[in-house]
Amino acid sequence: MSIDIETARKVAKLARIRVEPDALPALAAEFSAILGFIEQLNEVDVNGIEPMTSVTPMRLKRRDDVVTDGNQQAAVLANAPDAREGFFAVPKVVE
Amino acid sequence: MTDLTKLTIAAARDALRNGDVTSVELTEACLKAVDAAATLNAFVHKTPEIAMAQAKGADNRLKLGMSPDLCGIPLGIKDLFCTKRVPSQAASRILEGFKPEYESTVTDKLFTAGAVMLGKLNMDEFAMGSSNETSCYGNAVNPWRAANDSANLTPGGSSGGSAAAVAADLCLGATGTDTGGSIRQPAAFVGITGIKPTYGRVSRWGIVAFASSLDQAGPMTKDVRDAAILLGAMSGHDPKDSTSADIPVPDFEAMLTGDIRGKTIGIPKEYRMDGMPDEIERLWATGAAMLRDAGAQIVDISLPHTKYALPAYYVIAPAEASSNLARYDGVRFGHRAKLAQGDGITEMYEKTRAEGFGAEVQRRVMVGTYVLSAGFYDAYYNRARRVRALIKRDFDEVFAAGVDAILTPATPSSAFALGSMADADPVEMYLNDVFTVTVNLAGLPGVAVPAGLDAKGLPLGLQLIGRPWEEADLLNIAYSLEGAADFVAKPAKWW
Repeated sequence: MSIDIETARKVAKLARIRVEPDALPALAAEFSAILGFIEQLNEVDVNGIEPMTSVTPMRLKRRDDVVTDGNQQAAVLANAPDAREGFFAVPKVVE
Repeated sequence: MTDLTKLTIAAARDALRNGDVTSVELTEACLKAVDAAATLNAFVHKTPEIAMAQAKGADNRLKLGMSPDLCGIPLGIKDLFCTKRVPSQAASRILEGFKPEYESTVTDKLFTAGAVMLGKLNMDEFAMGSSNETSCYGNAVNPWRAANDSANLTPGGSSGGSAAAVAADLCLGATGTDTGGSIRQPAAFVGITGIKPTYGRVSRWGIVAFASSLDQAGPMTKDVRDAAILLGAMSGHDPKDSTSADIPVPDFEAMLTGDIRGKTIGIPKEYRMDGMPDEIERLWATGAAMLRDAGAQIVDISLPHTKYALPAYYVIAPAEASSNLARYDGVRFGHRAKLAQGDGITEMYEKTRAEGFGAEVQRRVMVGTYVLSAGFYDAYYNRARRVRALIKRDFDEVFAAGVDAILTPATPSSAFALGSMADADPVEMYLNDVFTVTVNLAGLPGVAVPAGLDAKGLPLGLQLIGRPWEEADLLNIAYSLEGAADFVAKPAKWW
């Protein structure tokens, strides 16, 4: 399957990665090569086979639904590029 | 004692307990070796103050007796592991400046056992790569060079720094992680031992996530015994990782008897690839003969879906990566792009991720986004997960038929020159994982053992694949192979 420039632009947008317009043709070509490789999967007969959800046949552990952690505002914010007054700060989201 | 850095973990443990050496002496020797090996670019964040404090603590503990195996042993830690207040960047610009406020379960276990951290090790960005060339720190360099050739070679990837550091005797052992071969391929490229345990054996908590259903951490060491010791210390159930198995961890080292009489070893015909170098074919046959001579029964087996493992992997791993890496948005940690007047939150995300992620990471995130997008989810992602189920079934059937372990080459070639794949198609680089990736898809344990040198004088490894949770048996077979192969070559020091 060949990926066109418009599809590459759309995927970049969905992935929230800025790709300059002049870089899109090369990106589309790379996607096409990778997807061409993946196309081999169409040769496999997967009738009646369920998609794998867990590689080991075990039930996920459960625990009581209780608070086990908290009161660590300073630690949570310690690595933020911009933290103010106990919050993460971001550009204006609503006008 | 001379050449302290060349000691195995087992030998150093015994020397520490006997009082022949102190952890401070051992650690100082390693720190000196690390400083002298800057050219290899294996250690990317050095932590000498932490190391010396841990070494002094370990010496005090050793004096009291009853210390754990790793007490006082200097290790290197892959940059993918979060280490408290120490840079943990996954070799990515997007995590520049990130110092976790917490400790990964694995490093916490190692430090509780008394291990000493020398620093953080180079790797491919977010563990996406097979040559350590996607790192934001620049390439790690293989301590091995081809005969009469001064070209710098790749130590493999993604755990390239771990491989280079152990092979060059900068540390006694290192942690690695393996999503498609990232412990075993670099181990093979530098002539050391590396094991990826069964999925769920080692907690993933605090390890930067790449593809959560495939990622497992494991040890990279100078020999099989050391792998058994270090794996034992890394393993065990962790309430913070719901996929970590709540089953007992055997004493892996105690089970290294070297007696493999009566074991059945499978040789899968699908691993005989077109264009495979003769020397790898020969090494594989020699390995099988060694196991036969040790009393194992060698049988031909078939794993019919092998061919589809790489394409399935290159759907599943990028899909999971695109989801896991969504968290790098410039809000909570790491890099945030400088914004222009009027830029909103979407521009912040897009610019931050374009600046922060390297080309290979961007490519995989976008491929993952594509295969998960509306209209393609079934055709790509679900189909790949079905094929994955078939790949696992291939192994289940072989094990049910009585096979104890499977012998394969570890890599399709020896280490290649850094830069030599620069113009290659991304898919060509992916072929490095052709023998290892099946093991991650099936959740099995796999170990790479150095088994010989090629015509260029570079190490080649063999891989043994075991039954789920049977790492002890697997390591014992590896131990037997190691004894027979008697790989003792070391890289000539040029750095």
